[in-house]
Amino acid sequence: MGRIVFIGLLAARDVRYRPASAVLLVLAIVTAATTLTLGLALRGVSNQPYLQTRAATAGPDIVATVSPPQSAGGPSADLASFTALTRASGVVAHSGPYPFTFATLLANGRKAGARVQGRDQAPAPVDQPEVTQGGWVRPGEVVLERSFADELGVGAGGRVTLNGRAFRVAGLAVTAASTLLYPHICFSGCDLSTSELARKVPGDVWMTRADAVNLATAAEPLSYTLNLKLADPSDADAFASAYDSSQTSAYAPFLNSWENISFNSANLVRNEQRVLLIGSWLLGLLAVASVTVLVGGRMTEQTRRVGLLKAVGSTPGLVAAVLLAEHLILAVVAAAFGLLIGWLVAPLLSRPGAALLGSPGTPPVTLATIGLVIAVALAVAAAATLVPAVRAARTSTVRALADSARPPRRRAWAIAISARLPVPLLLGLRVAARRPRRVVLSVISIAITTTGIVAVLLVHAGYNASLGANAGLDNPQDARLSQVMTVLSVALVVLALVNAILITWATVLDARHASALARALGATPQQVSAGLSAAQALTALAGALLGVPGGFGLFSAVNKDGGPVAVPPLWWLAATVLGTVAAVAAISTVPAWLGTRRPAAEVLESELA
Amino acid sequence: MSETVLAACGLSKKFGKGEGLVRAVDEIDLEVAQGETVAVMGPSGCGKSTLLHLLGGLERPSAGEIELAGNRVDQMGERALARLRRTAIGFVFQAFHLMDELTARENVELPALLAGRSPRAARRRAAGLLDRVGLADRAAFLPAALSGGQRQRVAIARALSNDPLVVLADEPTGNLDSAATLEVLRLFDGLRSAGQTLVVVTHDSRIAATADRLISMRDGAFTGETRMSGGTRGNLGALAGLEG
Repeated sequence: MGRIVFIGLLAARDVRYRPASAVLLVLAIVTAATTLTLGLALRGVSNQPYLQTRAATAGPDIVATVSPPQSAGGPSADLASFTALTRASGVVAHSGPYPFTFATLLANGRKAGARVQGRDQAPAPVDQPEVTQGGWVRPGEVVLERSFADELGVGAGGRVTLNGRAFRVAGLAVTAASTLLYPHICFSGCDLSTSELARKVPGDVWMTRADAVNLATAAEPLSYTLNLKLADPSDADAFASAYDSSQTSAYAPFLNSWENISFNSANLVRNEQRVLLIGSWLLGLLAVASVTVLVGGRMTEQTRRVGLLKAVGSTPGLVAAVLLAEHLILAVVAAAFGLLIGWLVAPLLSRPGAALLGSPGTPPVTLATIGLVIAVALAVAAAATLVPAVRAARTSTVRALADSARPPRRRAWAIAISARLPVPLLLGLRVAARRPRRVVLSVISIAITTTGIVAVLLVHAGYNASLGANAGLDNPQDARLSQVMTVLSVALVVLALVNAILITWATVLDARHASALARALGATPQQVSAGLSAAQALTALAGALLGVPGGFGLFSAVNKDGGPVAVPPLWWLAATVLGTVAAVAAISTVPAWLGTRRPAAEVLESELA
Repeated sequence: MSETVLAACGLSKKFGKGEGLVRAVDEIDLEVAQGETVAVMGPSGCGKSTLLHLLGGLERPSAGEIELAGNRVDQMGERALARLRRTAIGFVFQAFHLMDELTARENVELPALLAGRSPRAARRRAAGLLDRVGLADRAAFLPAALSGGQRQRVAIARALSNDPLVVLADEPTGNLDSAATLEVLRLFDGLRSAGQTLVVVTHDSRIAATADRLISMRDGAFTGETRMSGGTRGNLGALAGLEG
């Protein structure tokens, strides 16, 4: 017990003595812990808004659609099959069939595809869309699905044209029955994907049956939809599967269960969650790099302290335990902050979009989430501290008391190549070659950051491409994903810059003797600081180049739906690589410059002391 | 009388303020002629090393003037000082200050590379200098594999890399045993014979005995000066008490 108290006391004093270092360590782990908390907390968070919408609209348990064969002028949709469905076992109520067709919608100079459904003016017993603004359908007046209207910038009282015919917007509404919730949630088995207009990010529009029938064309003939209520809603999936397997005709109705619609309504949040979970691992790796450099840097400064501890009788185990305890305690503090911030921020990311009612509320942070976040934080701290702690414990007491630096690595090839380079690069390459592990850490740190940035560029490129295809209409799914990835990238960039500063400072400390000697032999302070910056820039270049394929890999991991990858312009990628190198070079200038401010003679004298 | 290469006038260096003020170098006047060897002797902490750092442009004086080959060192900017250290000054340190990861040859090459010489020229020059200090067969050795005396000889070779006007040596035998000290003394004697200007600070009377002029220093100021007789030359071993 006394030993634990002693370790805690030493660790606490060390934290108090170096608050900046402790804050940076906590900051690095908090970033990763927050992102992980967000990713975990968003699981299933959108169920609640869908259920609210379903309750408010008497949402169906099954939505059946039937379309005519695609040949123009051919037979119409097979409505007789709907009759059998309404009489099927377990069906207790239905509405429809309602006719629908696809039309080209123009509003505020923007063009989009629209699925136009004919509805009765009287309320339907099943799937009566909830009007959130204005009123319900009337002859010559249409109701737009709310998220679709938001993107078009149209409200009640506005005007739209459908296939060139003008309509007044009677109101806006939401539904729990749409298999085409804007934007294009046309999932597996969607029988409308063959329609040209269906591919152009259609949204839902309701109008009177007569208006809908008049809008149909030979190219876009009428299809029909039927909404069913089951005695037991939880049987919906089984009902749909059983029906599908009993059909042989290609033109038989296609059935969608409410569970399936609910699942797809959460696509907005689901992609965010996927990005956040992957991002949290990237940030976790960056945090390992940050903490490793911090601990390594502190070990450089603390060699004498370790020697003193050992000289007064501490065992190697105690020395390692003090270092580990300090960082593990800080990791737990950081995890607590991360959990709190993640819990508070999650509602901002879990907004279900305008297509659903209500809000998801604050997502629950479960015991499993708390356990996982704390475990990851501890793993980050332990992974980064273990090697320096063991090294400190194994350092000879005499050597530690003499505060002699670890002997640098010799890299003959780097020395030979550097002899042919200008002085700053000569110094830079030699400084980098002295500590290969730190170089690897630096390369990994930059590679992870560039990976995140390139993935965001790919999302943006895809976003821009979809904008072109959709006549300028935003896809909120892409926009939301882009927002989350941008925030994630900012976090990655901030941590990478912190890493760059920490790594440069550790390099400056480690190379202080070599730098002072170079100055004594005639190198200017500018050449020495440029050399230190060049060392960071060289590693940043390697990391940035690795990050480009890494970004494509990350995007592929996120883009599980298998959509085509829109390759961004080459100059975007080149600018990312060059910008990263320039940013690292610029940010390392300050510590590099600070490192050359101390007179060379003083440094060389102190080495003698 | 030979031409003056290095001169200092009213040279001072202070550290700290108020009651903590330390006058490490206190209004020193000094002239060193071309080809002369000057030894500065005094107890530890008397300001010898600081004087050397000031003369070599590694530190800036608080007051006074320093002239090297007619150029005012005390008025130079950082770049000019760096150029001066590259081209006109060679340092030899008590702790050798060799780069641990570089071989003896690579250490000697370094000043030439910093001065912008081609790798080939730097290598040729380093090979010649290592031969001159008797370490041609140790050129590929890392400092860790060399004895103290050998390391200091590498450091001396490095100091000569760019044909400096003046070599400034700070306790060059301070970390060496007797045998290694003799090696270094012989080397310095050879440099003096070759006309190399040398300023050596030391508290080792044996090395001071090989100089043309011996200056005593205490509390930052010169306290005496002895011009050594020509008879001391060529009898290094006996003077140093290392032979006989």
